[in-house]
Amino acid sequence: MAYFFQQLINGLQLGFVYALIALGYTMVYGIVRLINFAHGDIFMVGAYLGFYALTLYHLPFPLAILFAMAGCTLLGITIERFAYRPLRNAPRISALITAIGVSLFLEYFSSLKFVFGPNYLAYPRPFSVCIYQIGTVCISNIQILVVGVSVVLLLILQFIVQKTKTGMAMRAVSYDKNTAKLMGIDVDYIISVTFGIGSALAGAGGVLYGIAYPQIHPFMGIMPGLKAFVAAVLGGIGSIPGAMLGAIIMGIVETMCSAYISSTMRDAFAFAILIIVLLVKPTGILGKREIEKV
Amino acid sequence: MNRTEPVIEIKDLTVSYGAIQALQGISFKVCKGEIVALIGANGAGKSTTLRTISGLLKPRSGEIIFENKPITNLPGHEIARLGIAHVPEGRRPFANLTVYENLRMGAYLINDSRTIQETMNRIFRSFPRLKERFSQPAGTLSGGELQMLAIARALMAKPRLLMLDEPSMGLSPILVNEIFNIIKEINEQGTSILLVEQNAHKALSICHYAYVLETGRVVMEGTGKELYENPRIKEAYLGG
Repeated sequence: MAYFFQQLINGLQLGFVYALIALGYTMVYGIVRLINFAHGDIFMVGAYLGFYALTLYHLPFPLAILFAMAGCTLLGITIERFAYRPLRNAPRISALITAIGVSLFLEYFSSLKFVFGPNYLAYPRPFSVCIYQIGTVCISNIQILVVGVSVVLLLILQFIVQKTKTGMAMRAVSYDKNTAKLMGIDVDYIISVTFGIGSALAGAGGVLYGIAYPQIHPFMGIMPGLKAFVAAVLGGIGSIPGAMLGAIIMGIVETMCSAYISSTMRDAFAFAILIIVLLVKPTGILGKREIEKV
Repeated sequence: MNRTEPVIEIKDLTVSYGAIQALQGISFKVCKGEIVALIGANGAGKSTTLRTISGLLKPRSGEIIFENKPITNLPGHEIARLGIAHVPEGRRPFANLTVYENLRMGAYLINDSRTIQETMNRIFRSFPRLKERFSQPAGTLSGGELQMLAIARALMAKPRLLMLDEPSMGLSPILVNEIFNIIKEINEQGTSILLVEQNAHKALSICHYAYVLETGRVVMEGTGKELYENPRIKEAYLGG
């Protein structure tokens, strides 16, 4: 039983990192109906920005994570402005293919020697690892940090989306862009803000991931990105609470699979979830059926 | 009536959807304090006219002048900023937002929270039913309540020109009367109104001036009373 709870904690840690990535997928999909496949690579850039902030500039951890978030916000807004906005009225498949292009660009551009370089790098830890024994279960300060920072960010996001005028406008735009324009809402601006917020969360996720699983490379965003995407679909793409829930489930399933079945099987399980969701309940756990508007 | 102080003036407006020309050069105006109705059958171009004024559609040619400034090619959100509110066809509530949030979005361009609160209180006096539904998602409202919400949401912006697209659509006769009384009341408080209606009966009974649209052209105009008594209008739009 102790083993089970131990794995549950490990799963939660992974799940919260997935949640930070999945939210960007779901928010962007909610507002422009685009699966932003470059999102996992924004997460990777966040990890590198945090890495440089910690090693090169010796920033304290909270500043390093803010630095990564700011850099990713800028990156996300730039990608939207130059890659997706010109295709706003194009068929959806064009934007989707562009997203794959942006993703490959970020991966290979980052691999260049004068950018991040192609090698694996060991991620610095801002403090030494310390393990607390609670009953029969062990929790490290890293795990507490990952979960704690994630929860704080998720609460801030929830506040922005539910309580602020911009958050209301994000929900209004995701429901009906033309009517939002009639209210005087600048739809392009709100879409930029959405990309910015989603990318900031991915950036924070990158730093936390680097600290928790201390090794980074330019292609590190692919797997977590895809799994976060599965998490968003599982929770119901477009739904913010859905993405959080889906991500936690994904993290736990993956960890339990490694623990009880085989660690080589965990990716197969993760993607089997995608197939099952699409077969059984394509709208996900909390997703709503999209009503075609005439 | 002498119609000399136009709030909005449309000159020779043409709009097309691909090869189909929806508006073939229409001209009309709404003067200060007026209710002006655009009546006509399905497909005459009434909604297209409103959507072009709001900037949701781009005209092919022609001019739209609001309070002496041309607004013809401005983006939608900037037109709203100038003081034009549009209650779209089918009400279009943000069903995922609460009644309060819908109203708050109506006041998106107003930054002073006191003004917003005062406007909202005034609106709740005219629409007490919305106050009861304050924190409910708009998606749970009935048809009549949704129409009230759509009008109230537009009023939150304190517009000087209110455009209403088919406010009577799908409502029972009692509710239609209620909505039209509200429209009259809004007008009496000083807002100019451009009303698009298929219910010509109702529209002509409350408007000061009306234009009849047929396949993208203005074919007749006059005061509500003149058109009401016109035999051709009687036959075509008022059921004999």
